Amino acid sequence: MAKRIDVTDLNVYYGSFKAVEGVSMTVEPRSVTAFIGPSGCGKSTFLRTLNRMHEVIPGGRVEGKVMLDDQDLYASSMDPVTVRRTVGMVFQRPNPFPTMSIYDNVAAGLRLNGVKNKKTLDGIVEQSLKGANLWTEVKDRLSKPGAGLSGGQQQRLCIARAIAVQPQVLLMDEPCSALDPISTLAIEDLVNELKNDFTIVIVTHNMQQAARVSDRTAFFNLKATGEPGRLVEIDDTTRIFNNPTEQATEDYISGRFG
Amino acid sequence: MSTATDRRVPDDQVVPGETSTPPGGRSGREALSEMSNPHRARAVKDVVAKVVMWAAFFLAMVPLVWILGTVVAKGFHMLTTATWWTGNQRNINSDDFGGGARHAIEGTLQMVGFTALIAVPIGILTAVYLVEYGRGRLAKAISFTVDILSGVPSIVAALFIYAVWVTAFGFSRSGFAAALALVLLMIPVIVRSTEEMLKLVPNELREAAYALGVPKWATVVKIVLRTAFSGIVTGVLLGIARVMGETAPLLILAPYTKNFQRDLFNGNFPTLPMMINQDRGDFALATAAERMWGAALTLILLVLLLNVIGRVIAHFGAVKK
Repeated sequence: MAKRIDVTDLNVYYGSFKAVEGVSMTVEPRSVTAFIGPSGCGKSTFLRTLNRMHEVIPGGRVEGKVMLDDQDLYASSMDPVTVRRTVGMVFQRPNPFPTMSIYDNVAAGLRLNGVKNKKTLDGIVEQSLKGANLWTEVKDRLSKPGAGLSGGQQQRLCIARAIAVQPQVLLMDEPCSALDPISTLAIEDLVNELKNDFTIVIVTHNMQQAARVSDRTAFFNLKATGEPGRLVEIDDTTRIFNNPTEQATEDYISGRFG
Repeated sequence: MSTATDRRVPDDQVVPGETSTPPGGRSGREALSEMSNPHRARAVKDVVAKVVMWAAFFLAMVPLVWILGTVVAKGFHMLTTATWWTGNQRNINSDDFGGGARHAIEGTLQMVGFTALIAVPIGILTAVYLVEYGRGRLAKAISFTVDILSGVPSIVAALFIYAVWVTAFGFSRSGFAAALALVLLMIPVIVRSTEEMLKLVPNELREAAYALGVPKWATVVKIVLRTAFSGIVTGVLLGIARVMGETAPLLILAPYTKNFQRDLFNGNFPTLPMMINQDRGDFALATAAERMWGAALTLILLVLLLNVIGRVIAHFGAVKK
C-alpha cells in the first residue's frame, strides 16, 4: 500500500512570492516523518505540495520534482484529483461535513467518487472507523451527525474519512493542535498503528510529539521574515533530537529560539 | 466580547485618578458611593439604550400592524364568501357584490412559478460561478452587472421587455412578457442571497473534499450547495416575495382579464395585483372596495404560505446540530 516520496529541488510560489525554496528529501514508506520548525517557515506549504493541495489557493505553483515511487506528481498528464486520491490529508482543525452523519462522513470520499454498493460501503466504513480507533465509540450511532462528536473524536472521524479512500500516503497538518492531551494521545497511538499501512507525514509544533511519533524528522527554517522557508536538515528522529548536524537545529530543539 | 462586568473595579483596589486621598482617609460609605458611580452611569446608559431600542422596534411595527389590521378588517369577510376561492370576476360589474379571485390567484401563482423556474437556476448558477469559479475581469463584470440590475426600478425592467419583446420582436403583450420582466427583477435577489450563503460555507469543507480526491464540481454540488441549502431556499423565497406583489410590469405587459386564463403566451392574464388595481378604480363603490381589500389580503396570505412552505423545506434541509 504505502509508497515512497522523492522530492528534488522543490520551490513553492504563491503568485510572485517564493514561500519555500530548494527542498530535497526522501520520505520512506511505512514510516512517520515529522516536519518541525517555527511558524511561517513553510512546513505546511511544503506538505500541501505533496498532494497538490496548494493549487487550491489562487497563484499557488511549484518548480521542481515530486515522485511517488515512479509517478511524477507534477507531470502534465497527472490530474490533481488523482494525486489527492493517492495522497490523503488530515487538517489542523477537525472538519467533518456538517450535513452528514458519521457513516456518511466516512463514506463521503467513496460516494462522491461514485461507489454506491451498500455492502462495500458498510465494510469500508467499519474497517476505516476501526482503523481510526473510533468504531467502538460510534458503532451504535452511525446515523447521528458527525459534528456532534467531541473534538478528538471528530479528528479521528476525519482520519477515518481520509483512510476510507485507501490512499498510499497520509499527510497530517498539525492534527492535534486543536485537541486536548487525552485526544492527542489517542491520535498519536493511532499514528503509530497507521504507519504499518501508510506512509505518514506529520507537521507539528510540538517537538515532544515529533520525538514520540516519528521515525525521521525534518527541520524547516527561514532566514528572516519575507525570505522563503528552507529545509535545514532531515535525519533520524533520535539523531535530530540528540545530536543534530546543524547548529540551527540544535538551537531550535533546545529552545534557544522559535 | 467585553461585557459591562469586565470593568468592575475590585473592592480592594482604588480607581487610579479617581481619588487623591488614600482609601483609609475616607469613610467607608464615601468610598463605596464613589466606587458605585461608574455602575450607575452604566445602568443609565443601559436603560437609555433599551428605551431607544424598544421605541425603534415599536415604530417599525406600527405601519406593519396597521396595514395588516386594515387589510384583515376590510377584506377578511370576502375570503369567507362562497365563490371567492372558486369563481372569477366574469360578468361581475363594479357595483355587483362578490365574485371570485381564483382566476387571479392561479394567474399569480402560475406567473411567479414560471418566473422562478427561469430565474432560480440562472441566479444560483451565477452565484456559484461568482463564489466558486470566478476570478478576474469576467467575474467582476458580472458582479457589477448584478449590482446594477438589483437597482433597476421595476418599471424600467418592464419597459425594457416591452421594447425588446413587443416593439422589436413584434410579439403581443402577455403573461409571459410580464414574467420576463419579473425574471430581471428576481435574478439579482437570488444571486446576492445565494452568494452570501455560499461564502458562509467554510473553506475547510471544500479542502476536506478536495483532499479526498473529489473533483471540484462534485465538491460544489454535494458539499457546498448542500451545506448552504437552507440559506439558498430562504433567498429564493425572498426573491419570490419580491416579485409576487410587483405591479408595474403587469400594468405595462400583462393586461388584466376577469376570466380564467391559463395561457401565459396569448391574451390578457389575470393576477392579484392587477385585480387590486382594477377594483381600485371604482373605490367609491363599496362592492369594488371590499373586493380590493379581499384581493390584497389574499396576496399577503399567498406570500405567507410560500414562506411557511419554504421554512419547512429549509428546516428539513438544514445542517443538523
